[in-house]
Amino acid sequence: MTELSPAATEAHRAIEAIWRIESARLIAGLARVVGDIGTAEELAQDALVAALEQWPISGVPEKPGAWLMGTAKHRAIDLLRRRQTLERKHEEIGRDIERAQEVIDPEAAMDEDVGDELLGLIFMACHPVLSKDARVALTLRVLGGLTTEEIARAFLVPVSTIAQRIVRAKRTLTEARVRFEVPAGPERVARLASVLEVIYLIFNEGYSATAGDDLVRPALCEEALRLGRILAELITTEAEVHGLVALMEIQASRLRARIGPSGEAILLLDQNRSRWDRLLIRRGLAALERAERLGGAMGPYALQAAIAACHARASTAADTDWPRMVALYDAVAELAPSPVIELNRAVAVGMAFGPAAGLALVDGLVSEPPLSTYHLLPAVRGDLLRKLGRSAEARAEFERAASLTQNVAERKLLQRRAAECTAEGMAG
Amino acid sequence: MRVLVLAKEDHQSQAGKPPTPEMMAEFQTFNEELVKAGVVIGDGRLYPSSQGKRMRFDGKKRTVIDGPFAETKELVAGYWLWQVRSIDEALEWLKRSPFDAGTYEIRQIMEFEGM
Repeated sequence: MTELSPAATEAHRAIEAIWRIESARLIAGLARVVGDIGTAEELAQDALVAALEQWPISGVPEKPGAWLMGTAKHRAIDLLRRRQTLERKHEEIGRDIERAQEVIDPEAAMDEDVGDELLGLIFMACHPVLSKDARVALTLRVLGGLTTEEIARAFLVPVSTIAQRIVRAKRTLTEARVRFEVPAGPERVARLASVLEVIYLIFNEGYSATAGDDLVRPALCEEALRLGRILAELITTEAEVHGLVALMEIQASRLRARIGPSGEAILLLDQNRSRWDRLLIRRGLAALERAERLGGAMGPYALQAAIAACHARASTAADTDWPRMVALYDAVAELAPSPVIELNRAVAVGMAFGPAAGLALVDGLVSEPPLSTYHLLPAVRGDLLRKLGRSAEARAEFERAASLTQNVAERKLLQRRAAECTAEGMAG
Repeated sequence: MRVLVLAKEDHQSQAGKPPTPEMMAEFQTFNEELVKAGVVIGDGRLYPSSQGKRMRFDGKKRTVIDGPFAETKELVAGYWLWQVRSIDEALEWLKRSPFDAGTYEIRQIMEFEGM
């Protein structure tokens, strides 16, 4: 391997940073011209390779984004011409070239409605024709500017798995003839729901890592937050977009407080609230206000954000407005009924009206199929039993919960709870 | 990562020379671009140091010092909080700013300590 000169190393680092900033816009602009993400990404990569060859010698241009766009669009036109020769679809391709030439001036290219192009790319990458896993991987790749290796590391899966997922996703989009567009009307609502779901999936994978030793992977939370914040600037009039941003900001505000000194999980009600990030809480409450100001019935994300805000506003766990919490969970359960929501509602009921009331609800959920292997059900049940002084039963529940979780740090916490119950049982 | 971008202004701006409307407009455009890219998560401008106070600690003793402060090169005039992936990304963004004077300092904020 040849040693790079310090200047070249510096140029490479700058190029990497520029790629992170520009790649989504670049791919979006190109996808609008060539019609598919796969080709757009290849063209963008070609421009990146050209930059890697030229910039270490010539220096980084004053407007690197415009340079990349100009280079890539020249190649896009060449490609469209070659396609024309090959396919002889004169009329259609002729129009494509015209469209590409309109934006060939790099300055003008950057002044295009970048917002609409980015939105088009987001809607395409999150198209419901793709599986959830595919949507997540493709979104991180083309909108987050992450490499396949980085995505694989974040999800603890082999690089080849992610690479295949992305290749297949692009092929599916082409085969399904998914168009590059910003959908309108009722389709927009459905497609937007898919976009929000993808962003929240990314956030949750970071926030409550489902596997591995780490309890949280902050990088994924940061990526999701960034995507959410960008989306909220692109789509300002949809309450649920702001609702999702509010939810993520407030949940992220607790990241620091969720992990103890030895990497163990700390549950929300036991967290040291002085460690909550006031800035993110403030941003979250502002986003929630934006959602509420848009009016209409609150959607599932805004409602969950309102629940998170209830915690954020209380200076101690005891100060939490639990009756309001129950009402909010009622509303969520009505919109999006799920056993997990019911379980959360039972926790709120336990806090608002006593552990016996909460336990009665949890007992009703034990036979729900999706919950039968869900570690939080015995964890919650154990907690309520413990409050009722039924230590032996509580211990059994915590042990069961510990055996059900895949997360090492969480298992440790649950085992500690079980041990505490044993101690209480002996003391009592 | 989160970085703090400190705007350190020179003598003139501390003396209260107001920015021209053109400068303000250029700054606005730049700031909007940053917000749209999900980079800015907080910001603020500070009043001149003549309105500031300092407190010096020496054992149990506390001494209050009134502004203006003498070290004009090191005076913070404003700050940004940015969410970026690397210091290099922060540098790239800062390069695109319309500023034509002063020094801007980028410092990473410690997060997730102990992880």
